[in-house]
Amino acid sequence: MTTEPDRSADAAEQRGAATATAPPEDPPPADRPAVASAGRSRVGTADLVFKNLTRTAGLGLLALIAVIAIFLVLRATHALSANTGDFLTTEEWFPNATPPKFGVAATLYGTVVSAAVAMVIAVPVAVGIALFITVYAPRQLSSVLGYIVDLLAAVPSVVYGLWGLIVLAPHMKGIQLWLNDYFGWIPLFSGDSVGRSLFVASVVLAIMILPIVAALSREVFLQVPIAHREAALALGATRWEMIRTAVLPYGKPGVISASMLGLGRAMGETIAVALVLPASFNISAHLLSPAGNTIAANVANGWGEANDIGRGALIASGLVLFIVAMIVNIIARAIVARRREFSGSSA
Amino acid sequence: MATRIDVTGLTAYYGKFKAVADVNLTIEPKNVTAFIGPSGCGKSTVLRTLNRMHEVLPGARVEGKVLLDGEDLYGAGTDPVNVRRTVGMVFQRPNPFPTMSIYENVIAGLKLNGVRKKALLDERVEESLRGANLWEEVKDRLGRPGAGLSGGQQQRLCIARAIAVEPQVLLMDEPCSALDPISTLAIEDLITKLKSSFTIVIVTHNMQQASRVSDATAFFSLEKTGDPGRLVEFDKTSKIFTNPTEKRTEDYVSGRFG
Repeated sequence: MTTEPDRSADAAEQRGAATATAPPEDPPPADRPAVASAGRSRVGTADLVFKNLTRTAGLGLLALIAVIAIFLVLRATHALSANTGDFLTTEEWFPNATPPKFGVAATLYGTVVSAAVAMVIAVPVAVGIALFITVYAPRQLSSVLGYIVDLLAAVPSVVYGLWGLIVLAPHMKGIQLWLNDYFGWIPLFSGDSVGRSLFVASVVLAIMILPIVAALSREVFLQVPIAHREAALALGATRWEMIRTAVLPYGKPGVISASMLGLGRAMGETIAVALVLPASFNISAHLLSPAGNTIAANVANGWGEANDIGRGALIASGLVLFIVAMIVNIIARAIVARRREFSGSSA
Repeated sequence: MATRIDVTGLTAYYGKFKAVADVNLTIEPKNVTAFIGPSGCGKSTVLRTLNRMHEVLPGARVEGKVLLDGEDLYGAGTDPVNVRRTVGMVFQRPNPFPTMSIYENVIAGLKLNGVRKKALLDERVEESLRGANLWEEVKDRLGRPGAGLSGGQQQRLCIARAIAVEPQVLLMDEPCSALDPISTLAIEDLITKLKSSFTIVIVTHNMQQASRVSDATAFFSLEKTGDPGRLVEFDKTSKIFTNPTEKRTEDYVSGRFG
């Protein structure tokens, strides 16, 4: 457009009344009490008190984490130095024996696999629920369902775990046999027997994390501006195309964050998994076979009878869980940040 | 391609509330028709009935007929999705998809229509952006986010997105109300240019704008708050602004009312 600059002067004069009134500038905030004038000293004191209060809380939290970390590392180091196996690659777990031999390989494998399978099951279902509530359901049904999902998300996950264990797990045998029969050509579903497997644990975990992921995703999809949804519809999008064009891309970072919260819950879940799995320390590629253990379940199972070295070994495995969770979160953040300027948050 | 629109006995509701009653008018092809009137008179509602966007809001419904070259938009077999591919729309606030680049925004509608060929898409992007008087400003940064443009550029991007699917009618719902005067002028120039290819209907609060860009003007008004809006007068723009038949129209366009 070459014509714009030439015309800008008269155009602004002709119709510029609306832009002529600039709001008066706010006075600068009094965040430096030392140089604030006497008349503003009361505000300055309040600012100072609040600033120090928040700073103390923040630094206190960091100090607490540091103290815990140091304690854990010390206890873990003690056990690790007595270990006769390689901690990262050994599958066995005999920390209470003399000499102690233990490794995190089997439980780490169980943790990662069960959490990953749980995510594969739960996230699509949760996103589906959230989309149904925000886009498809009639208004009244949608508000009722939204309320119910929020309520379900507030129930402690162990309640779902127990339900899954007592009600669901006994019915899992048929599904597992079916998967084994028809999808046995996929190595994951092969194997000679089915039972209290990582797969059952994964399904229980999926049920646990479903409400929280669904509730957060719903919240995210509700944030999609009506203007973007209408833009897609006005281009002749069907409802599904509108979701694909406007809702899902806008909600993606939020859904990833919601999934990460779910993943954290799944990896840290203890009691339900400890009750489902037979606590065997071996790495098996067969998802459906009765075998497996997770780090969190192993801590719950082993803590009571562990000696000094044994507890140090469990603490060491806990540190591994912490590191894995951190790596997963860093990756997730990197995925979200990759297209930050396209996230819509700046619009 | 451009199309005549015949509106007969149109009444639009939001739930139980009758927003606008018994509208009859004919919109000529390759003309700019402006809808003016005070807030709440139903002019935006009528505009949104012309591409079946009104019913997108929960509880909203329409009675009456809207004929697009003789074909009833509200006929039993008519799919609103197809209607919206024929009748494009530009909204009050620029609303490019924030997750898409400039290029992706322009082709969003084409992709919905299943166009996949890169060469064809490239061609249509340039054509549409040129059509929207935006090409020179963005040709070197087609991969940048559409939301990073200025408000006026975003609105022209939205116009490019709407014309990329080659609609027959272009509806504009107060397209300049969120823009500064210079961007407004750019859009008005663009409207004058686009009318050679499209039938354009524009809702505006700005009477000077209506008199500058439109060929015909429809004046809507309402008796009092809570009453449905009605079409008071519909005629050539020159007649509405110089010698209207109705007293209320004269009061409104001369600034004595509202």
